Amino acid sequence: MKFNKNWLEEWVDCSTMSSQELADKLTMAGLEVDAVTPVAPAFSGVIVGEIVGIKQHPDADKLRVCQVAGHPEGTLQVVCGAANARLGLKTPFALIGAILPGDFKIKKAKIRGAESCGMLCAQQELGLSDSSDGIWELPADAPVGANFREWLELDDDIIELDLTPNRGDCLSIKGLAREVYALTGLTHTPLEINKVPPTIDEALDIKIKSSGCGRYDGRVIRNVDISKPTPIWMLERLRRAGVRNINAVVDVTNYVMLELGQPMHAFDLDKLQGGITVRMAHAGENIDLLDGSIKTLTPDTLVIADDSGAIAIAGIMGGAASAVSANTQNIWLESVFFDPMAIAGKARSYGLHTDASHRFERGVDFDLQSDAIERATELLLSITGGKAGKTILMVGYTIEKGKRVRSTSEAFSATKESAEVFNVMLPLRHEKLDSYLGAQLGEAEVTAILQRLGFSVQNKPAERISYVVVPSWRFDINRKKDLIEVDLIEEIARVYGYNKLPSRSITASLDLTAVPETVLPLDTLLQTLVARGYREVISYSFISPELQKQFEPNESSVSVRNPISADLSEMRASLIPSLVRSLQHNLNRQQTRARFFESGLRFRIRDGKIQQQPVFSGLLYGSRMPETWSVDNTVNVDFFDLKGDVEALLAQTGRTGDFSFEATHHPAMHPGQTAAVLECGQPIGIIGALHPELQKTLDIPQPVLVFELEREALLKAREVEFRPLSRFPEVRRDLAVVVARDLPVAELLATVKKTADESLIKLSVFDIYCGEHIDSNRKSVALSLIFQHTSRTLNDVEIAAWISRVVEVLYIEHKASLRN
Amino acid sequence: MDKLQMLAEEACRAIEAADSERALDDVRVAYLGKKGALTAQLKNLGQLSAEDRPAAGAKINVVKESLQTQIETRQRLFSQAAINARLSQETLDVTLLGRDENIGSLHPVTRTIARIRSIFARVGFALEEGLEIEHERYNFDALNIPKHHPARAMHDTFYIDDKHVLRTHTSPVQIHVMERVMKTSAPPIRIICPGRVYRCDSDLTHTPMFHQVEGLLVDKNVSFADLKGLIDQFLKAFFETDLAVRFRPSYFPFTEPSAEVDMQCTHCQGKGCRICKNTGWLEVMGCGMVHPQVFTNVGIDSQQYTGLAFGMGVERLAMLRYGVNDLRLFFENDAKFLGQF
Repeated sequence: MKFNKNWLEEWVDCSTMSSQELADKLTMAGLEVDAVTPVAPAFSGVIVGEIVGIKQHPDADKLRVCQVAGHPEGTLQVVCGAANARLGLKTPFALIGAILPGDFKIKKAKIRGAESCGMLCAQQELGLSDSSDGIWELPADAPVGANFREWLELDDDIIELDLTPNRGDCLSIKGLAREVYALTGLTHTPLEINKVPPTIDEALDIKIKSSGCGRYDGRVIRNVDISKPTPIWMLERLRRAGVRNINAVVDVTNYVMLELGQPMHAFDLDKLQGGITVRMAHAGENIDLLDGSIKTLTPDTLVIADDSGAIAIAGIMGGAASAVSANTQNIWLESVFFDPMAIAGKARSYGLHTDASHRFERGVDFDLQSDAIERATELLLSITGGKAGKTILMVGYTIEKGKRVRSTSEAFSATKESAEVFNVMLPLRHEKLDSYLGAQLGEAEVTAILQRLGFSVQNKPAERISYVVVPSWRFDINRKKDLIEVDLIEEIARVYGYNKLPSRSITASLDLTAVPETVLPLDTLLQTLVARGYREVISYSFISPELQKQFEPNESSVSVRNPISADLSEMRASLIPSLVRSLQHNLNRQQTRARFFESGLRFRIRDGKIQQQPVFSGLLYGSRMPETWSVDNTVNVDFFDLKGDVEALLAQTGRTGDFSFEATHHPAMHPGQTAAVLECGQPIGIIGALHPELQKTLDIPQPVLVFELEREALLKAREVEFRPLSRFPEVRRDLAVVVARDLPVAELLATVKKTADESLIKLSVFDIYCGEHIDSNRKSVALSLIFQHTSRTLNDVEIAAWISRVVEVLYIEHKASLRN
Repeated sequence: MDKLQMLAEEACRAIEAADSERALDDVRVAYLGKKGALTAQLKNLGQLSAEDRPAAGAKINVVKESLQTQIETRQRLFSQAAINARLSQETLDVTLLGRDENIGSLHPVTRTIARIRSIFARVGFALEEGLEIEHERYNFDALNIPKHHPARAMHDTFYIDDKHVLRTHTSPVQIHVMERVMKTSAPPIRIICPGRVYRCDSDLTHTPMFHQVEGLLVDKNVSFADLKGLIDQFLKAFFETDLAVRFRPSYFPFTEPSAEVDMQCTHCQGKGCRICKNTGWLEVMGCGMVHPQVFTNVGIDSQQYTGLAFGMGVERLAMLRYGVNDLRLFFENDAKFLGQF
């Protein structure tokens, strides 16, 4: 919403405030001012001039020599190049000594030999528009000789508001004036609107055949002379509000909308067939709109129709066929109240947004329709002439308990569920107000604020209750007993001033609660990886379908219906592609090694439903150690670097024994370097190298190692329980066995564990050897077994027995032979 | 006894002359060893008379102890030199970098969320998280944003299907938590809910995904004064400075009264600059008193309980706190950016 300050000053005397002060006041009351800009840039020395003589320049085809009136000392000669310069034209006249925008000084000059004492100006030259076609043609009644700036009231500012959707009541000068009055108490002079008595006896029949239209006011106006220009004062106000000049009829309806807040529409009476019906659209009904588009209507759309069909989408836009044009002589003027809920969302569903729909969706004063049509009639007759018929009022109905209920009085009640909601005195408990704000506002102050806002108030001091009636223009104040109080409290707080209200520390009882040790804080995992050199990244949850397919060809994707772009149209089924994208970003910026991790949701379809699963994923790339003097940085990371990091994460849970790794396959992963991570046998993630083919497709020079683990499994910690320390010595025995090369060592270890005595407290692999002296299909695995008993010293004989038992079982189960 | 004297002097010279531990040991053996010269003197004592023997023995022992002391002194000299030689051999350039992986880093968004959390954790706000694809009931309806209401259009929502959206704010977590609490117990509720949110908007100052932290306090007698105090204290704590904070009326369907919070520009200290568009103020968060309709929607009695809620953009706070000048940097994951936090 844009408006000029001078206009507002006619309604509320804020001339004592600067535009900035006014803007600050509005902003701090919740009506945010986006910009304050002068109507015109600074210029001086410009008057209203009139061309009283014009001759062709003797030495230039495109120049004319004009005699211009307006200067107190008489006619002056001005050379002018504008094609529209003509005898009798009134135009801005910059005198010698004038300074125009851009510090352009007007001097006496000779142009091709002809003396020129000043300049006739285009709008552009005065900084009032971006382009112009010739000099500015002022209306015939412009006072010759008047100071142009003063005459056009250019010492004025345009104030642009960014209103929140609850304040539809401020989308007009009338509404803003009310608000400024409420905030300042300055003299408020609302426009007095007189009824225009009918001079002809003609009207259309109006039928309201659907709920959602509270009242319809319409009247016939005959013999309008649409060729009459809109007066400059109205054009200027429209221009300053950012509204284009169309013709006098449309300009007047727009002007009244800006002035009072009521969107209006004028039809060409001669193009209407029969009476007016407000009804729901028929399925498949078409309408050609004013903007040139054709819409097929849905049956949940309210329309204005005549006997031929829909002539306007109610509250949104009129049809082209019945539009006012340059040939229009007779019009049908309408001023309607629509229930916001009947209009809300409709414009959007047709891809439209209009000044009318913007206002109706937010709520238009339901007591305004009559004033608006009278005001528009008055303005229109004063410009175009014509004869007005009687204003016809038709009141709508609402459905209550399956029955139509017609209200004969109030439009708003006719559209709401119950007629009782209107005009009811609703209570505000001052005790509630005080406790809600944590302040003591006196009843007198509260009453004054509410009354300035247009509420009628009746106090019951004994009960400390004020009973109020909500004004007809406030759609953001709930008219229900249990909800209105907070709305009123907000209004009071807002006008009183949020920053004048007290502030205090919150209070709460200092109860201590249990901190479960079995829940591992996510921070621990993050810090574990940070300590191991990983940087945390955060990527969009959206991904391109192509990338998704490359990484998760077997997952069906969760798509966004209205993506920001095609390459951000699916929700990622894994965080790994995002990590790889981050890697590529850095490889393209001269980085050669990377350790990244991310924590976030992955989105998959499971059992036909969207599954949103928190996961923890990482990526490892490049040399094992950063390049430095002390290490061989030509060694690249491999599977076991990654596995070590993953094991460090798992170790944080204290449940190392619950987790195991098992070779697995995944279409995006290296078939020989990928493992499923299992928790008690259930898969909870995957680790491994990207498939070399994918790595090649993505143009990444070195192997990429990645992991993705379900966060839930990582955040369950073991309850720590102390085990007594043994005071007896440990005994170590080493064992080198030769087994099939493809036998997973984990299976070998499992066999040792189950076979050896429970005194085996530690089992580890200290060497793996393939090569000389070993069959090429076999490998040697060197194991160390450490035994310790809790209550006695172990002897060699029993240990030897356990070892030989282990060797025997290894042979039986894995064809393992001892290596010498 | 001249011979003993001579022997002593000779031994002294030999000790002085020994130029290595080994040579010194040879000297020790030559004089004090089993077959050494001085040992031979002691052996010869038997040839003396019983009266002379003690005095002669004592003299020899004096010489022997003296020689032993000299040898030990010389010995220490040698071992000291050997240690010195080894130490100088082993001397390192301690200014060289240690052999280790460089430490990584937390994303500035995570770091900022952690700061916010820790401030609120001190006064008992517990962490709650939600999911990112939300049913519209949680993202809108229960928060008093009806379908087709212009307020819903403000959200630039990403849709998954007719009923599900990418959450446009972290406020749905409020609804889930209040519903859960009301199933088993009752307020007070004090929670802080960080997370990713989505808006269908992308330009220099908007990314389609960003982070918010939502806070909710529900209890008896929570007032607007509590809200003002809490927010004011939070901003001062977060920025570690006593900056001015102001509350500007605004509109959120799920709070009433609602406010936008402005703080004094951290860049120009409120004097007016490019960052604050010459206003001296920066809009940093939204807040308000929980709307009674929201309480009704989750089964909390709004006559008995009141609540305050607030929400802030994490990237915005991180940018102001750390001076980051481009929002898009947060999601490019450039190691040189990440490494600064």
